Amino acid sequence: MKHLKATTFLIAAALAAPLAAQQEGGRLDIVVQPEPPGLMLGLVQNGPTQLVAGDIYEGLLRYDTELQPMPGLAESWEISDDGLTYTFKLHEGVKWHDGEDFTADDVVFSASTFLPETHARLRASLAYVDSVTAPDPLTVVFKLKEPFGPFISVFEAATMPMIPQHIYEGTDFATNEANNTPIGTGPFQFEEWVKGSYIHLVKNEDYYIDGLPYLDEVYYRVIPDAASRAVAFETGEVDVLPGGSVENWDIKRLSEMEGVCSTTEGWEFFAPLAWMWLNNREGPTSDVRFRQAVMYAMDREFMRDVVWNGFGKVPTGPVSSKTNFYSDEVTIYDYDPEKAEALLEEMGYDGEPVRILPLPYGETWQRWAEAVRQNLSEVGIEVEIDSADVAGWNEKTSQWDYDMAFTYLYQYGDPALGVSRNYTADRIEKGSPWNNVEGYENPELDEKWFAAATMADTEAREQAYAEIQKEIVDDVPVAWMLELEFPTLYRCNVKDLVTTGIGVNDGPRNAWIEE
Amino acid sequence: MSVLAIIVSRLAKAALTLLAIAVLNFCLLHAAPGDPAVVLAGEAGAADEQMIAQLRERFGLDQPFGVQLWKYVSGVAMLDLGYSFRQGAPVIDLIADRLPATLLLTGVAFVISLVCGIALGVAAAARVGKPQDSLLTTFALLFYATPLYWAALMAVLVFSVWLGWLPGFGYETVGAGYTGWARVIDIAKHLVLPALTLGLFFMAVYMRMTRASMLEVSNADFVKTGRAKGLSDKVIRRRHILRNAILPVVTLAGLQAGQLIGGAVLTETVFAWPGIGRLMFESLAARDYNTILGVFLVSAAMVILFNIVTDIVYRLVDPRIGARA
Repeated sequence: MKHLKATTFLIAAALAAPLAAQQEGGRLDIVVQPEPPGLMLGLVQNGPTQLVAGDIYEGLLRYDTELQPMPGLAESWEISDDGLTYTFKLHEGVKWHDGEDFTADDVVFSASTFLPETHARLRASLAYVDSVTAPDPLTVVFKLKEPFGPFISVFEAATMPMIPQHIYEGTDFATNEANNTPIGTGPFQFEEWVKGSYIHLVKNEDYYIDGLPYLDEVYYRVIPDAASRAVAFETGEVDVLPGGSVENWDIKRLSEMEGVCSTTEGWEFFAPLAWMWLNNREGPTSDVRFRQAVMYAMDREFMRDVVWNGFGKVPTGPVSSKTNFYSDEVTIYDYDPEKAEALLEEMGYDGEPVRILPLPYGETWQRWAEAVRQNLSEVGIEVEIDSADVAGWNEKTSQWDYDMAFTYLYQYGDPALGVSRNYTADRIEKGSPWNNVEGYENPELDEKWFAAATMADTEAREQAYAEIQKEIVDDVPVAWMLELEFPTLYRCNVKDLVTTGIGVNDGPRNAWIEE
Repeated sequence: MSVLAIIVSRLAKAALTLLAIAVLNFCLLHAAPGDPAVVLAGEAGAADEQMIAQLRERFGLDQPFGVQLWKYVSGVAMLDLGYSFRQGAPVIDLIADRLPATLLLTGVAFVISLVCGIALGVAAAARVGKPQDSLLTTFALLFYATPLYWAALMAVLVFSVWLGWLPGFGYETVGAGYTGWARVIDIAKHLVLPALTLGLFFMAVYMRMTRASMLEVSNADFVKTGRAKGLSDKVIRRRHILRNAILPVVTLAGLQAGQLIGGAVLTETVFAWPGIGRLMFESLAARDYNTILGVFLVSAAMVILFNIVTDIVYRLVDPRIGARA
């Protein structure tokens, strides 16, 4: 109940924001786990880096919890009727942390020189871009080769961070000395990083929005053990536990503490969806009836309640209910062991054992695999639990050496950005764990995915994705397990921490502490 | 052989041993599944062939195994531990950053455990069979049997969460800006819990060993002779029994001292102590080859160094060893 109250409170706070007297000053201690490998957001985009560097670097746009674009470095934008021209008006008077002016040339450099070389996820979207130009220092124009529906969703800080041209032009980006002292335009600037202990950011006094940020400084604290992180929050060492930084069974206890609030908001843009890859190439999992049987055999609601302590939502298919173009008009796989047994009998399943590879991200995932084994063994499927550390997991999945393997992925607001990459045949490539690892091939559906991505009309896209979801759910290329929810825990006197669809990543921008 | 000659010959052997260790570690590590490019690509949340190929090329992983090995080993021979591509810094800097914290923690724990362990062992042996002895041995057994990890968490819970006496995490108060003595005291406060947790286990080991060894030696003929000629109990215990009984403890302490660098991974993790054990563990998970190899090599050098020191200490404690050699 606690987090319900907190949510209502946050909405109220957001509505009341212009009236409330935000207080200046103060320091926020936030847990970052694990320690990021680097802070240069154009080079590294893993979760911890996004959390810290999201205060240092900025994108042209930000996104609210409904995934609608909000002004970022661009104060306004316009999309032409044919969906081919995107024009951005930049904020006036924006400066890099080293005092240089931020101009449209930096945008052109970032989008056409730096990021195409370094940013794998953005590269796929930039393939649709014909040209990026700067007609004047405060205007940027993106021209596309063909309409690309989700293009308005690619301007968030970690997707298209703005990179200072004056520092990186003509250098080797990966080894530039400046990577260790990142320079952005954000509300906080880099001060110090004591490896293994903390990262210290301080207020950008020249931030281009008057009055922001309110906080003087932010410390990102590195505490490697999950139980210790919980204790650190309990003792007041840290003020904020971003989603996923403590084990699920600790969340209830901590959120019931005096003066602690929690929210599950701030993950809408990512909408992490967990599933098990079912190897479509070989073994029992190559038979669609076996894959359907797996879906019917699992009590996913129960797993959610027990393994995830009730956090999350059982998904209906490949698109999260938080992502645009979600449709629930699909076959629903309720818990039905008898149906599963019937399917197994129909296919003539011979009892060949299957291996399950859990994600090596802590206890929760291990228990989840055990719960699946329990359910599957009840319908006569023999399961062995495989194990690997992070590197081993990457190796096994990207080399297709598994039968069933847990994973979860961000959706980035649009099926064309975060969903189709796991199901179209052109994304079957060894060596990466972030593509069509299961080896699902359906040429007809591929056509529909491609067509849906390049429609300019939103209603047409809606219809196309509804059709795709309906069809793909019957094929069960992977076993969709859970729309993950990662509650953020924080002291109630920290206000306006989560106000956008990327949550704590750009939270300190508006956050303030009530004395 | 003089002490100097021993040191010279041992150092020469040590250099060869280290080189062999470097080669062996390199081969073992490359045999483990996954490589740093795959891990980095995995963490990025998106990756394509181009990205992984770029990373491999940057890390030098696209070259034949033999070439990589040769490059690494010839680098090590020139005292160059290489570059950590993951962290964007030379390995030697990363290690130098983390080494002082670890040495402080393990050094203090080592001294506490050795001094208290021997003292308690002697005390227990002197009162063998009495209640004090049973009490001491029971506690030693308890400390010995308690998993370090659990003991650490309980210590934090009791002294930090409930009582609020001592800080439970970290190396110093973050952002307090202490200097001079204030900083020393601050660090010392942070050191208490991890050093005690780490030290208790070894204290138990030393105590049990000292006690057993003392009891064994106290039945020896020369002890009876000493008593017969009227020496006091104190003198016998200190000069005759302890001096002979301490040899196995020195051996064990020498072994443990060699592990001072690598042996504190758990303690450093629970207490968020920014030491080298964590650096090693995290680098291993990320397959940051050069960093792990660097830490391994430094730890190996420590082991060899302490073996030499132990040999010398033997001679000081028991002059007969030098005479026989």
